[in-house]
Amino acid sequence: MYRLGPAIAPNVTAVLKIAREHVEAMIAHAREDHPDEACGVIVGPEDSDVPTRLVRMINADRSPTFFRFDPEEQFALYKAMSAAGEEIVVVYHSHTSTEAYPSRTDIALASEPQAHYVLVSTAESGASDGPVSVRSYRIVDGVVTEEEIDVTE
Amino acid sequence: MSVEVRIPTILRTFTGGAKAVHGTGATLQQVLDDIEARNPGLKDRIVESETLRRFVNVYVNDEDVRFSGGLNAPIADGDIVVVLPAVAGG
Repeated sequence: MYRLGPAIAPNVTAVLKIAREHVEAMIAHAREDHPDEACGVIVGPEDSDVPTRLVRMINADRSPTFFRFDPEEQFALYKAMSAAGEEIVVVYHSHTSTEAYPSRTDIALASEPQAHYVLVSTAESGASDGPVSVRSYRIVDGVVTEEEIDVTE
Repeated sequence: MSVEVRIPTILRTFTGGAKAVHGTGATLQQVLDDIEARNPGLKDRIVESETLRRFVNVYVNDEDVRFSGGLNAPIADGDIVVVLPAVAGG
């Protein structure tokens, strides 16, 4: 069971269109790594805004409160994306004791203006099958804008 | 000596949208100084207090420069420098 997107969002106009299997894969990853934060990306063709390939990334910090992609693994991802004409469409990570909203650190360090930032909160469920929430944002120049999540089958 | 420096999306505002720029120099520091001359403001987003910013990764060919001298990392003609902002948060 999971909740998607904003509870009340009268002004939300942007949309993340994403396959159900990707949503479920992000949630599974978040549960597996709980109580540490899980992180990863869904890449897709450049300028397509279509997330097609999910890549789990190592959280080099292995922490319940921080995440950072391993620099070597991130470079390998970069090379694979360059060769395939892909870019990061979704950056996801989990919050394991707080809500699925970007933290101050998330906002300060957000460096992928083309990406959707997806937060998965396992605060309620822990590693078990309890409820999780999944929300998506744009983070550009320190400004957070929540968006709808449109799940495709 | 000319090297290609690949610019991440977030820093392309400093390169007129270019995904890569070219520069010269024998060290990473010199290359960054050289490209800064034509792309003002770029270096400040990569370097802070004479050292690489903590949340910016720079690779020369296949090597993370943190393991090859940081800003003093040697650069050879034809090298490819990749700048990648760390993906990180809390």
